[in-house]
Order: sequence, then C-alpha cells, then structure tokens
Amino acid sequence: MRTRPAARAGQYAALLAYLSFLAFPFLWLVSVAFKPARELGSLHPTWIPEHPTLANFRQAFDEQPLLHAAVNSLLAAVGAAVVAVVVATPTAYVMARRRTRLTRAVSGWVVVSQAFPFVLVIIPLFLVLKNLRLIDSLPGLVLVYVVWALPFALWMLVGHVRAVPVELEEAAAIDGAGRLRTLVSVTAPLLAPGIAVTGLFAFVTAWNEFFFALVLLKSARQQTLPVVLTHFIGAEGVADLGPLAAAASLATLPSLVVFAIVQRRITGGVLAGAVKS
Amino acid sequence: MRARAMAVVVLLLLAGCSGGGGGDEGPVTLRFQSLAWQEESVRANKELVREWNATHEHVKVEYVQGSWSAVHDQLLTSFEGGEAPDIIHDASDDLADFAHGGYLADLTGLLPARLEEDIPRRSWETTTFGDGVYGVPFLQEPRVLVANATWLRRSGVRIPTPGHPWSWTEFRRITERLSGGGRYGVAWPLKEPVSATLNLSLSAGGRMFHRGADGKVTVRFEAGDEVVPRTIHDQAGIDRSASPTTLGSGGSDTLPGFFGGRYAMVPLGFSYRQQIVQQAPEGFDWQVLPAPAGADGLAQGVSPQTLSVAEDSPHKKEAVAFVDFLLRPKNMVRLALGDWMLPTGTRALADPALHTAKDDWATGTALAAHLRPAPAQSVRGYAEWKDKVATPAFQEYYSGAIGLGELRERLEKDGNLVLARYQR
Repeated sequence: MRTRPAARAGQYAALLAYLSFLAFPFLWLVSVAFKPARELGSLHPTWIPEHPTLANFRQAFDEQPLLHAAVNSLLAAVGAAVVAVVVATPTAYVMARRRTRLTRAVSGWVVVSQAFPFVLVIIPLFLVLKNLRLIDSLPGLVLVYVVWALPFALWMLVGHVRAVPVELEEAAAIDGAGRLRTLVSVTAPLLAPGIAVTGLFAFVTAWNEFFFALVLLKSARQQTLPVVLTHFIGAEGVADLGPLAAAASLATLPSLVVFAIVQRRITGGVLAGAVKS
Repeated sequence: MRARAMAVVVLLLLAGCSGGGGGDEGPVTLRFQSLAWQEESVRANKELVREWNATHEHVKVEYVQGSWSAVHDQLLTSFEGGEAPDIIHDASDDLADFAHGGYLADLTGLLPARLEEDIPRRSWETTTFGDGVYGVPFLQEPRVLVANATWLRRSGVRIPTPGHPWSWTEFRRITERLSGGGRYGVAWPLKEPVSATLNLSLSAGGRMFHRGADGKVTVRFEAGDEVVPRTIHDQAGIDRSASPTTLGSGGSDTLPGFFGGRYAMVPLGFSYRQQIVQQAPEGFDWQVLPAPAGADGLAQGVSPQTLSVAEDSPHKKEAVAFVDFLLRPKNMVRLALGDWMLPTGTRALADPALHTAKDDWATGTALAAHLRPAPAQSVRGYAEWKDKVATPAFQEYYSGAIGLGELRERLEKDGNLVLARYQR
C-alpha cells in the first residue's frame, strides 16, 4: 500500500513535532548550561548562548563533588540493573511457563505492590536497613532499588518469555537438547531484547531516583547525583541556575549512552525474533 | 615461660584498654548538616568546620550537605530511624513539628550566656515552643523592594529610606504613576502568597492569628490584615500598576522582566541581591528600598535560619559548643555575607562589613530592628490552613476571582475549622 505524499508529509510533521517536544527540555538545559549569568536574566533568551562559557561547569565541579556522586550513582544503577535482571529472569520464566495458583498470586502481588506510595514504606524500610547495618551504604541502596524495580521487571520479562514460542523449546528437546542447553541456546537469545530492556529500565530508574537516596544515605561521601543536584537549590526554590543546568546536563549523559548502546541490541533482537518465528 | 605468661597478660591488658567500645578515649565525631547552597555560603561553612577541626582535637565535625527542597522529609525519616545529624540547619517555621515531636534537644541551660544575650528576645521567640528553646536563630532576611534606580530617579518620585519609608497608600500611588505603556510599577512574585502577605501585614498591624485566654488560636481577618492584600489586589486589578502575570511566579522568574525594564520594582527577599548582582545586565542601576510601612511602621515577620541539636545526639554539649563557635560574632558575619542575609546577633550586625553602601547592605541592616517572628510561627495546623485554605483564597482574591468579603469568610470560617482540629 502506498502512502500519499500529503499523508507522508503529515506523518513527518507529526514526528518532528513529537521529537521537538521530547528534545526541548534537554536542548534548553544544555543551552542554559553554557550561558553566562547575565544571559540567564535576559528577557529575550536565545537558543544559542551569545557568549558561551564553561564557567557554570567549573563552578558546579568546584562547589559539589559531582564526579564522586556520579561514580556512586553509576555503582548503584549498574548494581541494581544487574541484580534485578539476574533475579527477575529465572523468576519470570517460571511465572510464564508454569501457570499455577502460586504464580498467579505472585503476579497479583506484583501489580498490587506498584500501588504503595513511597512515604508509606520509607520509615519501615529505613528501620529494616538500619538493623541490617545497611543505612548509608551503596549495597543497601542497591537492595532497595532491586526490590523497587523487581515487580515491574518481572512484569516486563513475563511478557517477553510468553512471546517466545514454547514449540521452539519442545523442538529443541526432540532434537536431544537438555533443559539447560535449551534455555541457554534457544530461549536466552530470543529473550535478550527483553533482558536488555529490563536492565535498561532498572538502570534508568536507579540512576534517576532521588527520595530513597536522600533518606538512606547520610554522609557526604555516599550521596548520589540526584541528591547532589538539589544542593544548587536554595530556600523557596531559588536556584543557582547555570551550575545546576551544567550538572544536570552531565547527569543525563550516562542514561543516554546506556540507552544508545542497549537500543541497538533491542532492535537487533526484535528483528532476530521476527525471523525465527 | 614466665616471661611469655607476662607478655600474654600485658597484651590482654592492652587489648582490654583499647577495645570494648572505647567511646571515652577516641575523638567524638559530630555530623553537621548544613543547608548552605550559595557558593560563598558553602565555602564559609566548610572553612569554619575546617577551623574548628584544626583547633579541637577531641571533637571532630563532619560537614554534610543537605538541601532546602527536601529537608523536612529527610529529617523526619532520620529522626524516626534514630539516625539524625547531631547539628541541624533548618528554618524556624519548620521546627515546631519537630520540637513537639520530641526530636530536637531543648537547649535551655546548654547555651552559653554570650550567645543568649547577643541574640534579641524577638529572635529567640521564633525557636521557643512551650518552655523550651529548640534552635538558635542566626540568619534572617527582610522582604525589600528592589528597584530600577534609573527609572525611579527619572520619574521624580520620592525615594524612601528606612527612616522615612513609603506608606502603603503612597506606594500604591507611586506604582500607578510609574505604570503605563505595557510597563508596571511593581511585579509581585506571589507563587507563595500566604507568607508574603502575612509577614508584610505586620507593618499595618495585621495579626490574623489570635490566641485566646484558653490558649487556643483563631483566625480573624481584621482591618489591619486587609491593608496589604487590598493594596496588591487593587494594584493588579484596578490600577493596572502591578503585572498580573507575575502573581503566580517565583521571585527568580520576575528578574528577566525587571532587568528588561518591564517593572520598576520587585518585592523580594534581601538575599536575592546575589542573583541580581550576578544576572543584571552591565550598567543596570538597581537599589534596595524598604518595604512600605503602615500603622506599625516597618515591622514585618521573618522565619530565621536556625541551628538545632538532635535529641538523640549523645554529644549535646559538644554540639552546642560547635554551634557557639559557628556563631561567634565574626563567624556569624562570614555566614551572613556568604548567604547575603542579616545576622540575628547584635554584635555581628554592628560589623562595618554589613553597613556598606555596596549592594545596599546598609538598607537591610537598618531594617533588622523591625523584624518580628512570622505571625504563624507557632500555630499548630498552620501548614494545612495555608495549603488548603489560605493559598487558594489569596490566589483567587489577587486574580480578581473573589472579593474581600469572600476572602475574609474563607480565611476565617474554613480556616478556623482546620485549626480547631489541631486544638481539641
């Protein structure tokens, strides 16, 4: 079926509008990050800074331990993503392939657990972690992020496992492959895009998370990037806008990089899955 | 054999001496959570911590950076979990709940006489709840008018001083005179209309909250309470001398319009001067004017920044000693300069560095004697009254959606229902 030129132009226009909508906050953030203070107070702001400067970045790094906080965030996010994937993948496989009352109950619990507000769980969580001596430690934070990401990760992965035809596993069994061999050689490659998306989800949510990190990390050396970013904001919401934008634009980069890497894997995996089925 | 036995005994004794908690022997470490956020302020705080640590071998202070945007939730969780910092930086209007909850140490009897005498009684009132003192108020800022000096000079209006301020009526007349052609005499940033209105209303004798003989507080919106809201309402809705678009904005949002010559004056906190110095275009001439005065002169309400000690801290005496060090007059001046605010201490306030014409420090310090505790400081249920009743009511009144009668009815009738729940 051929698309009319006018319809195609409309599609491109809609796509462009959508991309602009998505890109606007980030591009504006980058623009502000390179503007000197006097341009920030201009009544007629420009997209391209008239006198671009790195002073905001210098000030941001001088004032706050951004690099150290970024390393903490990276450790917490990677740790959460890896553990979430390792725990969620076999669990999701069982939940998808063995439909018993127990797995149905677990699925129900997963949905219900998403409705708990943070403020409801934060104080009990704080006390539990305190008893485990995991307050003010990255392993404690990773544990929280894993528990937090797990329900949604399971939900996503169960769908991906169900999308892998069970007939392929049966065919492999008929060809003489053992259970483990079937899982590793047949199921796992087809699940790879799902695993990548789940890992990405866990990484991005942990990377951006603020409230748990704020409450659970006590000392300056443990603080993560979202917590440190709030140090540029004063009473009544007044902000040191230039350094804040500089730090925030740097903070978005790891998410973008990880997404760029994983996105290729997702696309490749989806195409591979399409051919096999 | 005997020598070996002796060596074992000595080793055991040494192990006994060094182990087993040993809290009395090693240095005490205090956690100081600071909310300093401006570059100079963070530097001043960190320098002071370094100076303390260099001169106090047995009590070390660890500087922990907190943030204004989430301090209440973060402290509440820390208190509940028994992990609160030893020394806590906050604002006085945030302390009432923590003090009533038993999370903060009563500093009565712990504070040195020097500090008690140096800070005026009216400032101590902001941190006194019941019979206890739960924080040391150390920095505060009046709300002032930041004006486009060139515009004012050319218009020929009388320039007010702390000794001879504008009245609210005169202020309204002048903003009307300065307006026209798409330009406004004033831009009120009233994203948070309640504290601004209540604090400025003290100048006109407004009190809003009245404590009865039974100790219970009720809201009454009387003649003195009407002056400031009516002025703002009439400027925006009748005279067209106040920009209607900035009524929902924060202070920083009004600065581009101010620099761009759209507004002659912006009522802002005194510390906004730092942003103005940083962001104003080259050659932009600005000045600080006192807020208008009413029947009670230049009086206005403030919620000072405070330093408190956690009730759970095992080292309260040491924590208070650090607070005393931090708030020595010279150090208080350093903190005030870093935050572009006024110190509460009388000796610090007298420091020449805070009386210079540069950046109009002198105008601010001249207002210090008129600052009073914010009217709602110790009213239980104030937060709910503000969020559920007063904020929408003032916003609707300023936008012209409701009149003064409706405003009064909502503040009093709905407001007293809210407060009553907290005072049963």
